[in-house]
Amino acid sequence: MLGQVYRLQLTSFTSFLHRVTGVFLAVGILALVGWLAAAATSAQAFDQAQAIAASIIGRIALFLWTGAFFYHLLNGLRHLAWDAGWGFELPTAYRTGWTVMIGSVVLTLVAWALGYWARGNL
Amino acid sequence: MASAKGSLRSDLGRVRGLGSAKEGVQHWWMQRVTALALIPLSLWFVACIVFLIDVDRATALQWLGSPVTLGLMSLFLVALVYHAVLGLQVVVEDYIHSHAAKITLLLLIQFSGIALAVAGIVAMLMITIYGG
Repeated sequence: MLGQVYRLQLTSFTSFLHRVTGVFLAVGILALVGWLAAAATSAQAFDQAQAIAASIIGRIALFLWTGAFFYHLLNGLRHLAWDAGWGFELPTAYRTGWTVMIGSVVLTLVAWALGYWARGNL
Repeated sequence: MASAKGSLRSDLGRVRGLGSAKEGVQHWWMQRVTALALIPLSLWFVACIVFLIDVDRATALQWLGSPVTLGLMSLFLVALVYHAVLGLQVVVEDYIHSHAAKITLLLLIQFSGIALAVAGIVAMLMITIYGG
């Protein structure tokens, strides 16, 4: 099988994850526009949108979108650095790769902690 | 292929310093332009959502209805949709090999993108002008 001949590398994995998070974030545009349309339409429509966002599935989706956002943002900065000609050396590419992975997890948790803290739930 | 000398950059890429000079440049360039625009815009958006996701409608309309929010949200929507359409296009071109399916998907993505951006901005204008 593939696993026996091909060892997953951090560099290809971060590239793959950039695409996956990008596609997932693009789906989020539907949710954002739906939310704005609901706010513009009526109180009932907005309450319905808020109920979906507050549900377990809504919260999981929002959490994954937050994670995808921070990952895509940080790895996007890594790509822009590459475009500028910086960071191609393998040790640097690995160091920035790990920074992106760990950084996106930390920022996601900080954003959610901040949200709960602002509402007095933390 | 990656260079043998411990770098991700290809030998050809290093020698030429530049890629194709055909239409791909515009796609590549606009992906970077929208990416740069999205750094501050998306951080602004996420910061707002963290504090405003569960507010009641009156508070949401007050925030969404301000001219500053209208301007920033419109910029965000346009940059976001543009960036997403360019990114999805690359994914489709890489993985969909049937020509008919590829063209159909690309058209669907582009039309949906424009429709979503317009819908979002119309919703924002409705809120700003009529108060929702």
